[in-house]
Amino acid sequence: MNDEKEEKFNIGAHVYESSESNKTGSWRAFKPIVTDKCIGCGTCEKTCPDGTIKVNPKTKKAEIDYDYCKGCLICMNVCPVKAIEKEIEK
Amino acid sequence: MVKKVVEASQAIAEALKLCKPAVIAAYPITPQTHIVEHLSQMVADGDLKSEYIRVESEHSAMSACFGAACAGVRTFTATASQGLELMHEILHIVSGSRLPIVMAVANRAVSGPINIWNDWSDAMAARDCGWIQLYCETAQEALDTVIQAYKISENHEILLPTMVCIDGFYLSHTYEPVDVPDSLNGFLPDYDPVVSIDMKNPITQGSFGTPPHFQEFREQQYHAMNRAKRVIKQTNKEFAEKFGRSYGNGLIETYNIDKAKHIIISLGSICGTIKYLLEKDNIKDVGLVRIKSFRPFPEEELREILNEYESVGVLEKAVTLGIGGPVWSELRGLTSKPIADFIGGLGGRDITLDNIREVFDKIRSSDTGVHWLGSKLKGDYDD
Ligand code: SF4
Ligand code: SF4
Repeated sequence: MNDEKEEKFNIGAHVYESSESNKTGSWRAFKPIVTDKCIGCGTCEKTCPDGTIKVNPKTKKAEIDYDYCKGCLICMNVCPVKAIEKEIEK
Repeated sequence: MVKKVVEASQAIAEALKLCKPAVIAAYPITPQTHIVEHLSQMVADGDLKSEYIRVESEHSAMSACFGAACAGVRTFTATASQGLELMHEILHIVSGSRLPIVMAVANRAVSGPINIWNDWSDAMAARDCGWIQLYCETAQEALDTVIQAYKISENHEILLPTMVCIDGFYLSHTYEPVDVPDSLNGFLPDYDPVVSIDMKNPITQGSFGTPPHFQEFREQQYHAMNRAKRVIKQTNKEFAEKFGRSYGNGLIETYNIDKAKHIIISLGSICGTIKYLLEKDNIKDVGLVRIKSFRPFPEEELREILNEYESVGVLEKAVTLGIGGPVWSELRGLTSKPIADFIGGLGGRDITLDNIREVFDKIRSSDTGVHWLGSKLKGDYDD
C-alpha cells in the first residue's frame, strides 16, 4: 500500500480534507433570495440540506452562502412568512 | 465458559454482548429474527451498552450503521430475505467506503411467491456487493463466527464488511447447546477506525469517484477481498488457540474425505445432515466439503481437492436462473472432473436423508446435469 499510485487512492475513497474547497454554487438553476419579510425564525436554517442558510445573530435575518447553496428551494417552501423568493440563476 | 441451550439467534446476541458494538440499528418486523429482539432486551436490561436505533426500514438500518461506522464506531445489524433486498443499495456503499460493519443474515427465500422460510437466495443475490460472506453450520459456529467477523473485517489490511449467514429457522429458531465464553480474553482488539468524525479536522466521506478514479477503488476492494482469505484462515487459527474450536481452515471444512472417491459440496446447516447420513449409513466412498467462506471464494483449496476425486456434486439452496446453482457455476471452472448440481430446499422445503442418498447415487454415476431435488413437476420443458 506504499506505492505512489495507491497514495492518491485513499482506502474507501475518503478525502482527508474538508469538502469546503469544492464550491457547488454553480449547480443552481434557481436562486433563493431572502427578502425583508424575514422574521429570523430559523426554520430554513434547520431544514437546508447543505447548511448554507443561517440567521445572522446581529441582523436577525437569514443569509445564504451562495458558494454552496444548490438552489433546492426547500428554505423557500418551509418559510412560514414566505420571506424567500426565487429567481432564475443567470 | 457457560453452556447454554439457545437458538442461533440468541447465540449471535451473546457474541455481540462480548463484541460490544457501539451502535445497533435494526428494523423489527418480518423478516427480522430474534437476534435483534435479544439485543434490544440486553440493551434494555443494561447488559449491553450499545446505542440501539429502531429504524423504519432495513434501508435505514444499513444507512444508520453506515453513518455510525463513518463516525468511527463498531456497529451491527441483522436482517434476511426482503430486508436484505431493501438494503441492497447501501450494501455497496458500505463496502465501497471500506466500513467494517458486521451483519447477521438469517438466510431466507426471496418472494414471490411470498415465502419467509429458509434458503440462500437472499445472501447469494448479494454476493457481488463486496461483503465477506461466512456460512455457519451450527449455533456455536454462529457465535464464534460473529466474534471472528469483527476481527477479520476490522483488520486494516481488509476493511470490508462481513455477513454472518445462518440458515433461517434451521439455525435461527432451533435450540442447541452452545458454549458462551465469559470474555473474549483479548482475542478481539478495541476497534481502531481508519475514519471518524473529528470536528477539528474535517474530512470528506462518501465522496465522488469520477471516471479517472472510480475503477481503482474497486480494484483495491478486489485485492482486499483476496487478502481476506489469508486473514480468515489466520483468525480461525487464533480463535482455536484461545477458545479450542476451529472450523476447517476457516474457508472450507472437509469431512470423511480420506477414503472417499466422490465429493459432495454444500454450505450451512444441511452439512450437519450430510455428516449424520455419512455416519448412519457408514458411507466411505463419499466425502463432504463444506464451503464456509463463499466470499472470498476459496478457489485454490477447492481446485486442489476437487481434482483428487472421481466426481463431484453440489447441493445448494439457491439458483441462478439461466445457468444453474450459484455455487456449482463457480466450481465448474475449477475442475475437469464431472460435477453435478442439486438445487433443493428452496423456500424451506425439507431436504430429507433419502434426498441426500439420491444425490450420492447421482454423484457416483458421474452425472453432470442440474437437478431439482424432489421435484413434483413432470414435464418436457423443451429447454
Ligand atoms: S435553496 Fe436549498 S441549498 Fe439553498 S439555502 Fe435554500 S435550502 Fe439551502
Ligand atoms: S424561515 Fe423564513 S422567516 Fe424564518 S429565518 Fe428563514 S427566511 Fe427568515
